[in-house]
Amino acid sequence: MSTGTSTSATATTTAGTPTTSGSTPPSGPDTTGGTGGTTVVPARAAWSSVIRAGETLTITDLHGNQAVDFLVYDAHDPSVRYSAPDTIQAQGNIFLTAGSVLMSDEHTPLMTVVSDDVGRHDTVGGACSKESNTLRYGHHTWSQHACVDNFLARGARHGLGKRDLVSNINWYMNVPVESDGTLGIVDGLSAPGLALTLRAERDVLVLVSNCPQINNPCNGFEPTAVRMSVGTAA
Amino acid sequence: MATATTYGARDHARAQEGTRAEAMPVVPASTWPAPPCEAGHLVWAETVAGGGYTHRVLARGTELRLTDLSGDACAHLLLYAADRPWERLNVADTVKVQWNAYLGEGQLLLSDQGRVLASLTADTSGRHDALCGTSTLVRNTRRYGDGAPQSASPAGRELFKLAAAKNGLGPRDLPPSLSFFQGVSIRDDGSLDFTGSAGPGGSVTLRAEQDVTVLIANVPHPVDPRPAYTSTALEVLAWRSAATKPGDPLWEATPEGRRAFLNTVEFLAARGLA
Repeated sequence: MSTGTSTSATATTTAGTPTTSGSTPPSGPDTTGGTGGTTVVPARAAWSSVIRAGETLTITDLHGNQAVDFLVYDAHDPSVRYSAPDTIQAQGNIFLTAGSVLMSDEHTPLMTVVSDDVGRHDTVGGACSKESNTLRYGHHTWSQHACVDNFLARGARHGLGKRDLVSNINWYMNVPVESDGTLGIVDGLSAPGLALTLRAERDVLVLVSNCPQINNPCNGFEPTAVRMSVGTAA
Repeated sequence: MATATTYGARDHARAQEGTRAEAMPVVPASTWPAPPCEAGHLVWAETVAGGGYTHRVLARGTELRLTDLSGDACAHLLLYAADRPWERLNVADTVKVQWNAYLGEGQLLLSDQGRVLASLTADTSGRHDALCGTSTLVRNTRRYGDGAPQSASPAGRELFKLAAAKNGLGPRDLPPSLSFFQGVSIRDDGSLDFTGSAGPGGSVTLRAEQDVTVLIANVPHPVDPRPAYTSTALEVLAWRSAATKPGDPLWEATPEGRRAFLNTVEFLAARGLA
């Protein structure tokens, strides 16, 4: 599997914040997409963009089995943000696929999944964090990279802080629930080149952590690059 | 009683003392008629109306028992570290770390900092939900005609906003919540199966493992299919007890939980609190 070192930060701005590039991991090069742009987000890196109402965002799993941690906010009022519970309520299902509407915590639509090559994405597992990793695997994982750090660092550029982080979507991550409630992150269903496309139902701010997790099968134990493509409104 | 004068209005107001309502706090809690603990240990005794909310700060080691008196309570719950509300209940970590989507006896309610906020020490209901959160103004207005807090069909999120505001917190501080007494299970295809209530008298007991701010909204479960807004009284009792200690079966039950307890006690010990 490629380690996905390529990057092509587009010279655009996002929500009034300047684009920077060339910082080093743990957060990876800071790539910022923009209207009409295509960006390869390296392994472990964060990405954010405002997607205007009617525009699309296509996420491509370039190497397969990569978990893409995803939060979305109303671009004009980020106190209105993705709600996993409202999304689950609205569609009566914990898995996301084509037709799923990503709902806000005020039960209003933020984005719609308009196409999906995979058929199942996760609403339940949330993000890896350095703190939860100490519970899941042991204290030796404390120094490893984690999605919450990406969300905090990237969110800060948009005025978002810790109180703005809620249960997120994990695109391409497979989290089945057994009849007795046993739940776990298992091998992914994705493959190299599979993609999904979201349409913004209003102006939204998207935050992405291209998951750096190396302890579970969400990315085959090896983070790889993904591609973000923003399409213009139809 | 004449209320045309200040003296009359004062007498009228004061004459209400001692009135009992179905839903009310009993103060002092020690006068609660049937305490589940040594009488002097009760610190909170309240009956929350259907469509009502409440909130309290509880010390580490306090036991909190919620009881569905008539069979149609649904206790939506949020927890925060009392003096640091940026550490709060993380539902995703709670289900993921413990490898289980369903709440029940022995489950720990985890914060977003790899620590325990509260543990579930007893459960006679088994009908709970960690996935669907609570109801909203938009959805209740669509389903019941209104969702405002003062309406006949208040939404859980609207009540949480009020409870949060009374603790200095805003809507941004409201993450996904848990709900007790109205269950949901997940089918193989990921779809939801609303299992409803276990009937009158079901209870759950939570043990505060840190000082916690508790927000409770007692409103119908958001996927309750019944067309009428159906919400009955919730009993809330809390009493002084002790936090979970090493050697307790709950402490040792799983490696993930043991590390969560260790993290919690280490953190509190560094602050001189445990």
